[in-house]
Parts: sequence; C-alpha cells; structure tokens
Amino acid sequence: MKIGVIDYGMGNLYSVEQALLRLECEVFITSDINMLNQMDGYLLPGVGAFPDAMRRLSELCLDDYIKQLATTNKPLLGICLGMQLLYEDSKENGLTKGLGIFTGNIQKFDELDSQQNRVRIPHMGWNPLSFTHQPEWLDGLDKEDSTHVYFVHSYLAQNTRQHEVVASSTYAGQFVPGLVQKDNFTGMQFHPEKSGPFGKYLLAKWVKQVKGRRDQP
Amino acid sequence: MLTKRIIPCLDVKEGRVVKGVQFVSLRDAGDPVELAKFYDEQGADELVFLDISASHEGKETMVDVVRQSAAELAIPFTVGGGIRTIEDMKNMLRAGADKVSVNTSAIERPELIAEGAAFFGSQCIVVAIDAKWSEVDDTWMVYTHGGRRVTQWTAVKWAQEATRLGAGEILLTSMNQDGEKSGFDIALTKAVRDAVNVPVIASGGAGNAQHFYDVFTQTDVDAALAASIFHYKETSVKEVKSVLREKGVSVR
Repeated sequence: MKIGVIDYGMGNLYSVEQALLRLECEVFITSDINMLNQMDGYLLPGVGAFPDAMRRLSELCLDDYIKQLATTNKPLLGICLGMQLLYEDSKENGLTKGLGIFTGNIQKFDELDSQQNRVRIPHMGWNPLSFTHQPEWLDGLDKEDSTHVYFVHSYLAQNTRQHEVVASSTYAGQFVPGLVQKDNFTGMQFHPEKSGPFGKYLLAKWVKQVKGRRDQP
Repeated sequence: MLTKRIIPCLDVKEGRVVKGVQFVSLRDAGDPVELAKFYDEQGADELVFLDISASHEGKETMVDVVRQSAAELAIPFTVGGGIRTIEDMKNMLRAGADKVSVNTSAIERPELIAEGAAFFGSQCIVVAIDAKWSEVDDTWMVYTHGGRRVTQWTAVKWAQEATRLGAGEILLTSMNQDGEKSGFDIALTKAVRDAVNVPVIASGGAGNAQHFYDVFTQTDVDAALAASIFHYKETSVKEVKSVLREKGVSVR
C-alpha cells in the first residue's frame, strides 16, 4: 500500500513516516503531483502556523490537488495543523481561508474558562476521546478501550457539524473536536503517531481502510 | 480532562545510559533506545533524554540516539543537555525529538528561547530550571552549569521571563530535593506553577509512588519526572500510575 505524505515544508515528517512504516506501508514523502497520483492514500501532516501552511500549499498547487480528492475514492488523513487546514478558515494571525472540506472555523482556545480562570495554552498532553459515533472504518472499537491520545495545539475547530465529529475531548470546559470524518477525508487534531497503543490502533484502522478502498474502487 | 503525565528521565553519556544497570530483562540496559522502549511499554507518558556527554563525538552520537528513538517510540520525547543554538535545536527536532530543553544556554542568552519559539513554535521549547532555596534571599535561586553556578534570577522570576520569551513548558528541578528520595519540593513547585501559564513538570526528590500523589494533589502541576527510582526499579511507571489511579488522580 502506497501512502503519500504530502510534503509542503511544514513540520517534522520523520515520526509519522516511521509510524506508517511500522504498519507496513510504503511511504513516499513528496510534493510532486505525478507521484501523488500513484498513491493509494494521503497523509497531510503539519506543525506551524495556518497562514504559512496555506501559502505553501498554494505555491505548490497542492491546495487544489487536495480539494479534488473529494471527487476520488482515495482517503486522506490530516493530522494536527493538517486537520485544521481542511476547515473553512482560521483566525490564526488574521483570517485565512482553508481547504473547506469540513464545515467549521479554526480559532484560538479561549484564554479564560467559565470561572474566569486563565487557561493553560497550548492544550498539551494526554486527553481521552469520547466517541459520538463510529465511521465504518472504525468498526469493532471496544467501549472498554482506553482512548487517551496526545494533543499539542493552541487552535481548535469550532462551529463544527455534529455528524462530522466522530470523537472529541474537553479542555478547560471547551469542546475539542479530536477525530473528524467526512467521506474519504479524516482529521485527527491529536498526534496518533505519538499516542501510544491507541494511536497505533487508530492509524492501523485508517490504513486498513485505505487498503479496502484500493481493493474495491 | 488532561491526565497527569509521568516522565522517566534518561541521562545519556557518549551514547550510553549512565544509570539503568538494574534492567537485567533488557538485552542491553546501557542502550538508551532499549530503555526508552521499555518505558514506553510500561505506560510512560513522555520521556526526557538528558545528554551529559562532554565530547563532540558524544553529541554526534546523541543525534543517532534521537533518530532511533523516534523510529521506535509511540510517545513524545524531549532532548536536553548542551543545546546552545538554533542549529542544535534543529538537529534534534529533525532527528525526531518533539521538544528540546535549554538550561544554562538560555540564562546566558535568553533570546535563544524567543528565537527557538519563533522558529519551531513554543510547544517545542522547554526551559529547564535548576532551583535551590537561599536563606539569604528568602526564595529559590536559579543555578546553571549543572548546579555549580548561582545566577541572579529567582526561580519564579526566571520562569516568568522564560514564558514571556516563548517557553512552552517549564521543567523545574529542586536541587534541595534531588537525590533525597523524600518527595518533590511542594513549595517550590507551587510557587512556579502559580506564576506561569504554561505546563510545569516537577522534578527532583521522587522516592516512591506516594510522592507523585503528593505533588499532584498538593499542587496543580501538570507532570512529574523521575530518574533513579525508575532505573533502579524501586518503583515502576506502572505501579506509580496504578497507585494514582486508585486514589483518584487522572492518569492515562
């Protein structure tokens, strides 16, 4: 199975590459569209600021490439900033338009909670996910499983659609969409490659879906 | 809600773990990657590698240790020790470290924190503070050079300044408690915890699982770090977590 890690110069791709290699994927880190066309699935990583990321994607014509994946059957997984880019827009350093796959906006965590206490930002550490529904590719999720995953982010998706949010966490009283899904697009706000056994489980399930879609186009 | 993090720390010298000789179950207990994997499997939430190599070769070796660890670990990890420039940070982060920690070099040139935060993001920049109580000053003073030199900074002021410059996390070690195994320094931890708005890791003094419970219930600290009690198997990450869980502290 060929996974294309979309390389647009943002963030460290080594850990995620290693996690996919452990799942016996062939991994290609590339920004070349001809190469990307040969892939079975895509990973959109990202660490850094939203406006820089969109600018780079657009310079490489990767923004249109990602949008047109909606007309294909090939899965794409956005991680952390990679998930945020799939939303309509972000308020990080001004207002920047995103890829518009998911409905919602990216904004900073509120600095005060409902009791007027200062909120520690970034939201960093292990937080359990609560699942509201299960996409097909996640069937067999055991309710008893520990669902802790590792988050590091200062911005989050808001005004989201209920049916697009598969699982969420709570931080400082705020609803944090953690795992989102729409058609062949998946987003994970946390880092599955750093989320211990449960992160590995989620990645393995996603990879299995890529295989399923490849074999049954 | 976020869980409290338990973080084993590995001292690495010339590519070898300095402590950790008690790990008879490991093929090579001196291999930092082997030991790191063991802690990952035990349920450690994060790891810290502290490079105490003196030689240039030792520092080169550390990059390999980081690369191998990133390939094997499924949890985040921080690398500290001898990181003095943006280039040093870049080498470690590119090799797969999630965060870098700076100590002496940040005191000597505080702009390093701001530069690192601008370049890599605050979440990557940990400022390690070694603090010791001073009767004369009636507060905790910051030390550098592995605790050999006192600075003009109080722990609270330096933590605030480091955060203002962009530090994303504070790794706070009590020099009074370090190695004593009589518990974390609650007063110091509380003072720094209340002074900044980023996560704080308590370090120094852990002797048993109860000490972790104490620091998590008597302060609002985010994480606690220990080295020797885990290396010498006086307790384990698993045991600490099960004690905390039983007593109602939220852990992974």
